[in-house]
Amino acid sequence: MKPRVAVHKFSSCDGCQLAFLNLGEDLLTLFELVDVRHFAEAGPVDPSAEVDISFVEGSISTPDELERIRQVRNSSKYLVTIGACAVAGGLQALRNLADSGEWMAAVYASPEYIDTLGSVEPVSEYVKVDMELWGCPVNSRQLLAAIGSLLAGVVPREEHDSVCLECKRQGQACVMVAHSLPCMGPVTRSGCGALCPGVNRGCYGCYGPCEKPPTEVLAHWFTGLGQSDEQIAQRFLAFTPEAPAFYSTGRSRLTSDD
Amino acid sequence: MNIATHYPHEAEIIERCQESPTIFSLVLQLTDPAAAGQYRFTPGQFNMLYLYGVGEIPISIVSDPARPGQLIHTIRDVGRVSHGFSQLRVGDRIGLRGPYGRGWPLERMEGRDIMIVTGGLGCAPVVSVINYILRRRERYGRLVILQGVKHSNDLIWRERYAEWEQQDNTQVLLAADAGGEPWPGFIGPITVLFEHARFNPQQTIAMMCGPERMIHASADVLIERGSRIEDIWISMERNMQCAVGQCGHCQFGASFVCRNGPVYRYPEASELLAKRGF
Amino acid sequence: MPNDNIASGFLPGQDLALLLTALAGQGYRCIGPTVRDGALVYDSLDGVEDLPSGVHIQQSPGSYRVEFNQGKRLFDWANGPQALKPLLFAPRELLWQVERSADGQLRFTQQTPESAPTAVIGVRACDLAALELQDRHFLETEIPDNCYGVRRHQLFLVAVNCTRPAETCFCVSTGDGPSARHGYDLVLDELDDGFIVQSGSARGNEILAQLELQPVSAQQRNAAADATAQAVDMQSRQLPGRNLRDQLFANLDHPHWEEVATRCLSCGNCTSVCPTCFCYRELEQPALDRESSRHYREWDSCFTQGHSYIHGFVVRPDTRLRYRQWLTHKLGGWHDQYGRSGCVGCGRCIAWCPVGIDITKEVSAITAPPE
Repeated sequence: MKPRVAVHKFSSCDGCQLAFLNLGEDLLTLFELVDVRHFAEAGPVDPSAEVDISFVEGSISTPDELERIRQVRNSSKYLVTIGACAVAGGLQALRNLADSGEWMAAVYASPEYIDTLGSVEPVSEYVKVDMELWGCPVNSRQLLAAIGSLLAGVVPREEHDSVCLECKRQGQACVMVAHSLPCMGPVTRSGCGALCPGVNRGCYGCYGPCEKPPTEVLAHWFTGLGQSDEQIAQRFLAFTPEAPAFYSTGRSRLTSDD
Repeated sequence: MNIATHYPHEAEIIERCQESPTIFSLVLQLTDPAAAGQYRFTPGQFNMLYLYGVGEIPISIVSDPARPGQLIHTIRDVGRVSHGFSQLRVGDRIGLRGPYGRGWPLERMEGRDIMIVTGGLGCAPVVSVINYILRRRERYGRLVILQGVKHSNDLIWRERYAEWEQQDNTQVLLAADAGGEPWPGFIGPITVLFEHARFNPQQTIAMMCGPERMIHASADVLIERGSRIEDIWISMERNMQCAVGQCGHCQFGASFVCRNGPVYRYPEASELLAKRGF
Repeated sequence: MPNDNIASGFLPGQDLALLLTALAGQGYRCIGPTVRDGALVYDSLDGVEDLPSGVHIQQSPGSYRVEFNQGKRLFDWANGPQALKPLLFAPRELLWQVERSADGQLRFTQQTPESAPTAVIGVRACDLAALELQDRHFLETEIPDNCYGVRRHQLFLVAVNCTRPAETCFCVSTGDGPSARHGYDLVLDELDDGFIVQSGSARGNEILAQLELQPVSAQQRNAAADATAQAVDMQSRQLPGRNLRDQLFANLDHPHWEEVATRCLSCGNCTSVCPTCFCYRELEQPALDRESSRHYREWDSCFTQGHSYIHGFVVRPDTRLRYRQWLTHKLGGWHDQYGRSGCVGCGRCIAWCPVGIDITKEVSAITAPPE
């Protein structure tokens, strides 16, 4: 029997699901190899289907989503979260750092119609996650590697080195050294192919923390490059604010600005 | 035809045996008769086994070198690749390259007494040695086997140990850090066994494998009892990917475990053995 | 008149193009230093005009700046972020692939990389010293590396003696520069109006014979010698020249290892730019349809967790142990394994460390006699 697969969406921009849709010919192969039961963006809709593997995009920000993710967990043998939102809150988790009630009152005429949880959380905050694929968005190569392992009956290999090694393998000169640009590469998980340094920009950290990220060492160096505490906090908190290592280094610099 | 190169050759699983809930053995045969015909190894050497579409792991060869056509590998299901291997069945094809590294110098040990010291969940590199010696019992003197485990339930092959104990001029001693009943051995670290081992330190060659601290402590006892340091041999374990001394992962001091080891004379390894970070 | 016995001569500056033409005529693709994204990188040369005319490079711990001036010299700088390593030991490459038939049979094929004869212009003495070490590692062994070997055997090396070391350079103290002594096919001394060219191999002689070289004057020889002497004097950093193995291993618990760890990012940039570091990891990329699979290797670093991972246990879990591993191996273990230190004094790990950690200073601190 073909493995049954579902792709679920929670609070997110849909960009990570595009990593499936952008697979090209491999997408056709994939649909032959597995039985896609639920993937609204691609066609099949059956949100409560029992499946072998669920891919989950997005973070949990409403009571409805909380109930739904528990259902997804119950109906999935193996659950993979994909993208910064699902694994570490994503952009919308920035509201955890602010008084969101005040914002809602300022923006909406009838804020009482808005039903959200007190905070935006990664999927792993509420249910057991078997594997996390980081990135904003994740890319097709990561998805294929994970699916390839799962189809072979083994646990996918986790990528948790820093971007730097990937960057040097691409033949890039370090942008911190050659241009004094603040670059999150040394603390950020690889997987993107060092996209930003490849176009002479510092890494934005969208793949979240690498293994044992030396965030304080890097933040201290950013200060030396002339970055303000606020700029440093923005670097660390922008994409994966709920990743503990980035949160603590970013948050502490916001506080010191108060 | 040497297949100890950079890429694998096809092998078939011709037998599979579940040794314990997490340990299994695969009997492998190279499918290319030319490769199979020329394959030779020494106990203590290892092969790189390749799981299709997943990757390779180093596994020591536990079978007898006199039967190089049927290579037995005992594998513990501990990682992503070894778990994948645990799912395979007889008739499945895998990749194999090897043998690599330096094995136990068993021919040079003929005529001597032998002590085997192992810790952990059944130590494949020395199982091959025990089998080798028992099949050539007349060429060796006394055989003393010391095995330590964390918990008595961890010991596999109990019946084999019982069988070995029945052999002439052979002593088997077991120790568990913690034990349940019934346990035929001692409770405590493996070093407690040396008090009960009947051996002549000057006449004995020791072969050890297992946790490095255990090796270190056992070697200290042996040296204190009068063993010559160069009569102690150990087998090391490190991350191995290329197996030909190039990828750098098994770097240990000024050696590559895959090429210069995995079997070392104790003085070659003692300086950094069990030293954190090496 | 071309003369087969010429071993050296003077090549006027405007004739450098003839050297490239001669190399191209022998079937070599020419590669040389070009400025890209704020650094000097080896890239294909269409002509002499691609070479970095009037370029200076300022290097200091954690900083690298390309500066342009009015000078006409082409090799008036120390080095770029990479030596010859990526040209021979590719950052990522296919090692072998396997096809699986419907009944589960596996057919393995070793890959031999496509490689064309390549001439590299502007190679430094430190690069040559590093190349010799990589040759020892990848080729002078029981099972030589196929991919490295294929490229290495097609390499033609045009060295240029270094006249402007960077602040980060210390090749004099390691005994590897600033002048190339062996391992090249041709070596150049750059003067204001041209180059003293000298051959170092039979292949070099063949190329030399095709150039209209002039005799080298005593004045030109003196100018080259003066420039070398000046390059020696310009170097202020040094690694102690002796074998540091015993001192490093006697200081494994020195508190300075921990001090470095508080500054080190464990990013592996030092190992990536190091011209002698050779670690790689192997990885598998199965086709989605499961009918074939490819086995690659890519540069790895002893600064990663995966480097020392053995089923559930990491031998070097923290930065202190990783930095110590790198240094004790590079400056200690190499002596036993390769007959010399693994450091050639190129200074890349100092300049290209994003936080400017300086190997010469750290080694001094760790090996200094206790006060």
